[in-house]
Parts: sequence; structure tokens; C-alpha cells
Amino acid sequence: MLAKRIIPCLDVTAGRVVKGTNFVDLRDAGDPIEIARRYDEQGADEVTFLDITASSDQRDIILHIVEACAEQVFIPLTVGGGVRKVEDVRRLLNAGADKVSMNTAAVQNPDLVFDASSKVGSQCIVVAIDAKQVAQGRWHVFTHGGRNDTGLDAIEWAKRVESLGAGEILLTSMDRDGTKNGFDLALTRGVSDAVGIPVIASGGVGNLQHLADGVSEGRADAVLAASIFHFGEYTVRQAKEYMAARGIEVRL
Amino acid sequence: MAGSMDSGTIAVIDYGMGNLRSVSKALEHVAGGKPVIVTSDPAVVAAAERVVFPGQGAMPDCMAELDARGLRAAVLQAAREKPFLGICVGEQMLFQHSDEGDVPALGIFPGNVVRFPDDRMALPSGERLKVPHMGWNEVRQTPHALWNGITDGARFYFVHSYFVQPADPALVKGTCDYGVPFTCAVGRDNIFAVQFHPEKSARDGLQLLKNFVEWHP
Repeated sequence: MLAKRIIPCLDVTAGRVVKGTNFVDLRDAGDPIEIARRYDEQGADEVTFLDITASSDQRDIILHIVEACAEQVFIPLTVGGGVRKVEDVRRLLNAGADKVSMNTAAVQNPDLVFDASSKVGSQCIVVAIDAKQVAQGRWHVFTHGGRNDTGLDAIEWAKRVESLGAGEILLTSMDRDGTKNGFDLALTRGVSDAVGIPVIASGGVGNLQHLADGVSEGRADAVLAASIFHFGEYTVRQAKEYMAARGIEVRL
Repeated sequence: MAGSMDSGTIAVIDYGMGNLRSVSKALEHVAGGKPVIVTSDPAVVAAAERVVFPGQGAMPDCMAELDARGLRAAVLQAAREKPFLGICVGEQMLFQHSDEGDVPALGIFPGNVVRFPDDRMALPSGERLKVPHMGWNEVRQTPHALWNGITDGARFYFVHSYFVQPADPALVKGTCDYGVPFTCAVGRDNIFAVQFHPEKSARDGLQLLKNFVEWHP
């Protein structure tokens, strides 16, 4: 049976992995290659790099990190952050990324999802959706780190990007991100049941029960977490053993 | 470098369909110093000791690019005479026809390439099975030198929506299950080909690539 995936996420800026809450109070968590290699050894199913660099003159740093990572870490690598053009997608894939994630640019220009997936294949294109609850059972897509309400319904937007050729959705609850209170399970399940492509749940993981809930109640195909792994609270292996003990299919 | 082309070169065929860096880096990792060359030059393919034929993206584009670069003859010749490893769409292209884009493929092996059937993509619990089939799944092996050192049932990384249906059961070297049972590894003589990505399948994937590098069919 296909295993549910556990994906550590590394926020990268200026060549270092950092982690903060709501984009402030960034703590240095180390060298991205070293951390990716450690997660590979622990049995991570994929690694995601999110380039949170603000200035465009530092954008190329991520390409070098991806190149170095591809030489040493032999599991799938997703890279997101600052992707605006098909050319950006190509450069990241050529550096060694397996999938490229786009967020704001997809909202501003949905044709980008279609153009990119037509050129490089749906399997390489991840659309990241940052969603915030606006009413009971309703979520809007937000951009710019949760500051800008696009007015788009998150579930409708997920279906739209699927039809445009996205191969996977990275779904982050802006309400939960950084809180350690667990995934927004209603949001996760709503999106996962609405689309035929895999959904990665993100935002809010504070313990291993949250990861298991994301799969069993949220029906996510994969779960993403950052801080619980970075600061040594849990290893990826511990997370997998916990999920396996609850009857969830994982790669051990 | 002169003369090195007949001394263990591994050629990774590049027909412009995406990133081959992962494949070449993974091969270098296990090749024990043998040169790994990413190439679209038919002469380099012809001179190599062994050939890796990767593929990603849509099958019609892959076939078109292969022909546009004049590589079809070199691929067919390599598949006749030297250790040859197909990966993902590089496996699918060895068959006769693909439902993806309704295109003819290389026709080295009898059989076709089909999509996961919509009406079977659900678990008994009602949970939907997503397509593409993306992630780590268990591979049941049929004995072959390329499985050496890999536990039967070990998981490999897949990402695909189509799979091969060989017309000759003797071609099947590995199977997997996702809504339906399907063939995920095939082989005959000097050819071995897999649907999954050994270059992204951690230790077991590297072991398979190492087995290929050392393979004397």
C-alpha cells in the first residue's frame, strides 16, 4: 500500500534554515544541506525548502543549496518561494529540485500553473494554498504571508488549480501556522475530498498526535512540519513509529 | 579522457525533458569512479559501456523530443546490445503504444501504457486514491540481478499516472498495488526498466543503481 508521507519543511534565507512564528523572531536552525541529510537518515519521505528570502539579489543562493542537496540527499526535494515565471520553475528543476511550489504568483496569474505544468509535467508542480477561516466551514485564500485576502474560496481554488494542471497541493492553515495547536482538520479534509490530486497538510503541528490526525481525520496524503523536527523535539522516525502504531501506513 | 569512452562510461540519455541531475548524481554516488555522462550525442551513447534512459513529463513530448534530437536509433541500438536501464517514462517508452496522448512508442517490448482506471481509485473505506500515484510504495520482486541486496517488498518512490501492461508475462520483474495491481519493473536480456525513481528512493534506490552499474547480463 502507498505510504503516507512525512515531510520536514526547511525555511531558508541567506543560506541558513530559520524558523519563526508569523515571520518574526526568526531562530537560526542550521545548515540546510546538513539538516536535509539528517532528515534523510531519519527516514523522511521528502524534504521541502521554502525560500523566504525577501530581496531578489539573494535569490540565486537557493539554487546553489538545491544543487548541493541533490548531490547528497537521494529523496524527493520540493522547493518553493519567489517562483513567478516558468523560467524560475525550470531553473529550480535544473538545479535538482523534483517539484516546485508556487503560491502568490499562481493566484495573480493562474495561467502560470497551466503553462508550467504543460512544460515540465504536472508531477513537478505544487500549488501552495495559504487559507484562513472566514466563516464556519469557509476558508479564503490569502497571500503575502496571510496579510492579503484574495476573496477566493480555498476549496474552489484547489479544484481550479487541479484543473489547470497542478500535481499536488500544499495546504497551510494560516490560523494554525506557528500555534502548535494542530492542523485545521476541517479545512484539510474539505480540500482533500474535493480534489483528485495529493494534498499535503501544513500549519500547526505541535506533537505527533497532530500528524496522525492530519492523515486519519484530515485525509491528507502527506503531512508537513518544521519546528517539531528542527529543534529535536521529535525525530522523523519517532513520528513514523507513532503513526504506524495507529494503523497508518508509513515507510519505516 | 581520451579512450575513456570504452572504459566503463555510463551514458544518461538527455533528450531535453527535464532535470537529469538527480539521476546522474545518484549514479556517480554508486559508480565507483566510472564516468557518468549526461548526453544527447548519439556517438557518446554508442560508445558507452552502459546506458540509462530516464524520462519525465508527458509521453508525446518525450517521443517528439527523442526524434527531434535524432536519438531514436541510438536508443534502439543501445537497448539491443548493452546494459540498459529505463526509468519512469523511460520504461514506458520501451512499449508499443501509450494511451497518454495516444502515441506509438519505441516498441521494444510488446504491450501498452495505460492510465490508472478512475473507477478503481478508492479504498474500501471510501477514501479516494489520488492520481498521480505519488510517494513510497511496496514493490514485489521477481528474481533478478538488479534486486540483489534489496528486501522483497521494499518501498520505492513513485510519481506517475500511467503504467505499463506487458503482453508477455515473462517481462514482469516487479509489481506494485495502487487501486489495481500493476507492473512496475520489467526486464529481458540486457534491459531492465522501472516505473519508480531509484535516484529518489534513498538506500534501496541507490542499491538498485549500484546493481545496474555492476551488472553483466
